[in-house]
Amino acid sequence: MKGKPLASIVSAGLSKFGKLEGLYAREIFAQAAKEAYERCPRLDPKKDIKALFIGHMGESYEHQGHTGAAVADWAGLLHIPAIRTEAACSSSGVALRAAIYAVASGLCDVVMVGGVEKMTHRSTSEVTEFLAMASDFPFEQWYGITFPGLFALMATAHMHKYGTTEAQMAHVAVKNHYNGSLNPKAHMQKEITLEQALSSRVIAWPLKLFDCSLITDGASCLILTRPDIAKKYTDTPVHIIGTGQASDTIGLYEREDFTSLRAAKLAAKQAYEMADVTPEDIDVAEVHDCFTIAEIIAYEDLGFCKPGEGGRLAENGETTLRGRIPVNTSGGLKAKGHPVGATGTAQAYEIYLQLTGQAEKRQVDDAEIGLTHNVGGSGATATVHIYIKG
Amino acid sequence: MTEPLTFTIEQFYKNINQKKLTGGKCLTCGKIHLPPRPLCDNCLSTQFKWVELPRKGTLLTYTIIHVAPSQFQKMTPYAVGIIQLEHNVNLPGIIKDTPLDKIKVGMPLEVELEEAPQSQHWPQWPRYYFKPA
Ligand SMILES: CC(C)(COP(=O)(O)OP(=O)(O)OC[C@H]1O[C@@H](n2cnc3c(N)ncnc32)[C@H](O)[C@@H]1OP(=O)(O)O)[C@@H](O)C(=O)NCCC(=O)NCCS
Ligand SMILES: [Zn+2]
Repeated sequence: MKGKPLASIVSAGLSKFGKLEGLYAREIFAQAAKEAYERCPRLDPKKDIKALFIGHMGESYEHQGHTGAAVADWAGLLHIPAIRTEAACSSSGVALRAAIYAVASGLCDVVMVGGVEKMTHRSTSEVTEFLAMASDFPFEQWYGITFPGLFALMATAHMHKYGTTEAQMAHVAVKNHYNGSLNPKAHMQKEITLEQALSSRVIAWPLKLFDCSLITDGASCLILTRPDIAKKYTDTPVHIIGTGQASDTIGLYEREDFTSLRAAKLAAKQAYEMADVTPEDIDVAEVHDCFTIAEIIAYEDLGFCKPGEGGRLAENGETTLRGRIPVNTSGGLKAKGHPVGATGTAQAYEIYLQLTGQAEKRQVDDAEIGLTHNVGGSGATATVHIYIKG
Repeated sequence: MTEPLTFTIEQFYKNINQKKLTGGKCLTCGKIHLPPRPLCDNCLSTQFKWVELPRKGTLLTYTIIHVAPSQFQKMTPYAVGIIQLEHNVNLPGIIKDTPLDKIKVGMPLEVELEEAPQSQHWPQWPRYYFKPA
């Protein structure tokens, strides 16, 4: 089982990320699907794709549930089975695992997996309220605790326990904005300075505007096949060799430690063992930087550094594009944007580009092994995937 | 066979209305649950009793919220934190009656119970809050 391909990515698509005014979620998904079809001329989508797995977090944004069938239709894929998964910001990370089950079980030869969210037509307070639904209602939402608030609680704890600083968090923002400035599909394509990040207005202390991911519209998708038939569709597949997923308490407050995400550590352990690789083997990673502190905690949970050293890793530039282990070359959730349901497979899209040498100005030299880390809510769900160049 | 479920979140808030801060103690393994739950996650027992919890605790972590959901917008900025009560149970909530710049990790806080808001809508739950001990 170790190191054995579980499923192969033969194509991928990503809509523009940003404020996509006047578009409905399924219309945005159609853009991503079209790119995936065009990238893979040997695929006959209507004939070959046997199921759709789609991550989508909220009905509230567009007053629209039952996303699976609606998206399948708009992607031109009726009447295949369409399965929607919901795990907050990890909705499409979970969809990816479901798609791997389908392919690895032999039930389907080819499937499409993706995610979508349309958010920017709502006011910030509405979005804040909808996002908060992924936290515990009776004890967190009921007391006005927001998502920036939950990650701020982790940041305060991390600062208190390890001496992590606001400046170290700002380094994550500066790096991800720089990477985003090189990504033509990113929501925000502008560089920022450390001073700008540190002096931005407070959202949930100690987190400021530039510590937060963006409210974004967007969609992403991948075409997955059984590994043994991948070469039929492309000469340059990317194989998924490790997958991990774990859960934790819905309420942050019920956990023993607020400076680490247990679910992410467990998911990473499963994925590393299955892939038979270690953190040192990872050439490029997309991690869930919904807030800058989340990226710092991700470094630690994924074993890129020891617990408590994540802040220094960022400060020393070890995760920049030309650093020891480049993280969030796409710009991450911080600059590329965070259409919550789309994020998991959008991370996989970036790794697909990197491992097939298509990341243009963001290309990491000789990237062969990649990793994605996708967190739902305050960490009640986490998924980790490991990829290898085919 | 269908016994009414008593160790519920609804009942926790009803107890707050009676001015009691309570948890559910598992009669099999002794774990104290806050919130209460009808099935012990530790030993899978369904046998509990209510225990009144100490009101004094220590602040484990906190934040000051400036961008809030619609219903809380009028209150901004406000502080929320997670406190640890004796018996190793944690509780999140709003911190009141103290200047925001005086809040510190490790400070002692006390749980105060409020009346339920007069509302026609679900949930008709009261709230508790934290204040300096
Ligand atoms: C941080 C946040 C509250 C800011 O929203 P806001 O106060 O309504 O800000 P506005 O939309 O009015 O934007 C004001 C300006 O800041 C910019 N901006 C907004 N959010 C930004 C962010 N996160 N980072 C950097 N700049 C941002 C806008 O582009 C705009 O710039 P402009 O004036 O040059 O056009 C919002 O982006 C947010 O909630 N982010 C977190 C989302 C989240 O929790 N996701 C789930 C994670 S689990
Ligand atoms: Zn028990």
